[in-house]
Amino acid sequence: MKPRTIIEKIWDKHLIHQEEGKPDLLYIDLHLIHEVTSPQAFEGLRIHGRKVRRPDLTFATVDHNIPTTPSRVSKDPISIKQMSTLEKNCQENGIELMDIGHPNQGIVHIIGPELGLTQPGKTIVCGDSHTSTHGAFGAMAFGIGTSEVEHVLATQTLWQRKPKTMQIKVNGKLGRGVRAKDLILAIIGKFGFSVGTGYIVEYTGEAIRSLTMEERMTVCNMSIEAGARAGLISPDETTVAYLKGRKFVDNDRFDELASEWLSLATDEGATYDKTIEIDAASIEPQVTWGTNPSMCLPISATLPHPDAQYNVEEKESIEKALTYMGLEPGMPIADIKVDYVFIGSCTNARLSDLQEAASIVKGKKVKEGVRALIVPGSQLVKLQAEELGLDKIFMEAGFEWRQSGCSMCLAMNDDVVPAGKRCASTSNRNFEGRQGNGSRTHLVSPAMAAAAAINGHFVDIRELETVHH
Amino acid sequence: MEPFKKHRGLVCPLDRRNVDTDQIIPKQFLKRIERQGFGECLFYHWRFDDEGNKKQDFVLNKEKYKGASILIAGENFGCGSSREHAPWALGDYGFKVIIAPSFADIFYNNCQKNGLLLIKLDEDNVKLLMQKAQQESFYLDVDLVNQVVVSDGLSIPFDIDAYQKKMLLEGLDEIAVTLKLEDEIRAYEQTR
Ligand code: SF4
Repeated sequence: MKPRTIIEKIWDKHLIHQEEGKPDLLYIDLHLIHEVTSPQAFEGLRIHGRKVRRPDLTFATVDHNIPTTPSRVSKDPISIKQMSTLEKNCQENGIELMDIGHPNQGIVHIIGPELGLTQPGKTIVCGDSHTSTHGAFGAMAFGIGTSEVEHVLATQTLWQRKPKTMQIKVNGKLGRGVRAKDLILAIIGKFGFSVGTGYIVEYTGEAIRSLTMEERMTVCNMSIEAGARAGLISPDETTVAYLKGRKFVDNDRFDELASEWLSLATDEGATYDKTIEIDAASIEPQVTWGTNPSMCLPISATLPHPDAQYNVEEKESIEKALTYMGLEPGMPIADIKVDYVFIGSCTNARLSDLQEAASIVKGKKVKEGVRALIVPGSQLVKLQAEELGLDKIFMEAGFEWRQSGCSMCLAMNDDVVPAGKRCASTSNRNFEGRQGNGSRTHLVSPAMAAAAAINGHFVDIRELETVHH
Repeated sequence: MEPFKKHRGLVCPLDRRNVDTDQIIPKQFLKRIERQGFGECLFYHWRFDDEGNKKQDFVLNKEKYKGASILIAGENFGCGSSREHAPWALGDYGFKVIIAPSFADIFYNNCQKNGLLLIKLDEDNVKLLMQKAQQESFYLDVDLVNQVVVSDGLSIPFDIDAYQKKMLLEGLDEIAVTLKLEDEIRAYEQTR
């Protein structure tokens, strides 16, 4: 048999129907839903008198909209309606809902993996573009719109054109203090935010192999910021070890499953439609300075001058971004002062992210005038962090310690960055107004965000003694 | 879904690249549970100031583009989130066709499911149409059957996936199409 990539193997295994001139009909193994992109889908089912075909393969949580304050009480009647609508839809259709108060509630892309719902070889969809996160396990996972959510609810399938495949190969090792977040930002910075449009990406190479599962999730999470709907990593022993003992893994058949999973890895000699490479050792801690994730630079850099070297369009977009961000050309990144620090989101709110931040914060104080939030990605992460005493480290330093949810990543609840204020954020999008109308976002790793909270401006964490590899 | 065959409409030029879904429909409007009524929220922070007054300099607010149903924009239109509220807002506002050099993948699919026609043209043609729309009241005839956009003296062909074309032309309910394959889906499920 011709050597195949993991993408082709998963595709072939899920193919139900193939017809000339049509996309392929694929079976969907896992459908995750949340409050924001599902109500209209359920409404559509009701209008047509259709049922949810496989409630047992469908799991729901609330994350985008919910308050992360200790009391969890929302005052917004429209938010409340949206959450109660999900509850009603799940009840009527027999779908398991990890609601507020449930010990497994959390951001949809954090709970899938931690509960072991996410497994190698699965096709996974969710009405959310960061579904690519689950690709870290060697699953084919991608975001869908609400009409497709309705389609999956009704049929457990999706029509898909086979996308082109792209290999992003990361050679060598990451340097001290350089994190998975820096790696993916550097990839987007180097190759641009639409390099992956029309492709499914597989990340390969030595640097990827040495990442933990949590770090791999950070990388795959931001595939969509490079334009790719899905980004995945072939499973290996790291993947297998992570999944062992997880709630939804059939642990009685674990060895059998493990060998199935490992056999999914891309075959030696398989080819991709496109390959791009980057050298891990060349990557420094990154900070985004503009209004899309490809506008990012190493911490040691200075902001671009729109007049130098660029063509007219680039020049305009740099000028526009600098104006929106309230920054001057040529300014050193390290001189940028922050008003807010947000450590959270499906990109960087897992236990290791909080540990990384805590190691920098320990024994120090948040700079006066800076408001800093830690929002664990799930209630389980929160609990584990509290068992390790991380909550105390953060609170003693002056951070707010919150309940889990999307929070300030998209500011749909009350966690909003005010207009004109600047936020160091561990999330994945720095679009205009993303964290609140007029807010200014700088995307960074948890360690870089923590250091910015303490110092009031960005610092090169490699210069801090506490930073290990 | 309404079938889409031909459309003639006024062109509105939105000369920006990387228009993301957060701009198309800001998140404060994602809390609604209906599909309708999103048109008034389209490009909200570009169209309205903090007090809710129209910003006169934004292109959609200009008298001359009132009633526009064809939007023309820069590359990578619709990047960002998977929110289908973006096509709902564009459609509800009255847009039927969007022309750009490139679109984000998920957004493209979402529009398709809502009967919005997305047309990819090369940079030069987009620039040409953009300039015309900026200068004068510019109308285009969009013909999906023959895959061409036409205005006096100008005729630009475009590509579209044959299946997507068929879905649009017939306004098919995709779920109904899939449910006809129930036997195959069930057979597949039994093999696992
Ligand atoms: S944390 Fe942010 S990016 Fe992730 S699912 Fe929530 S809103 Fe989307």
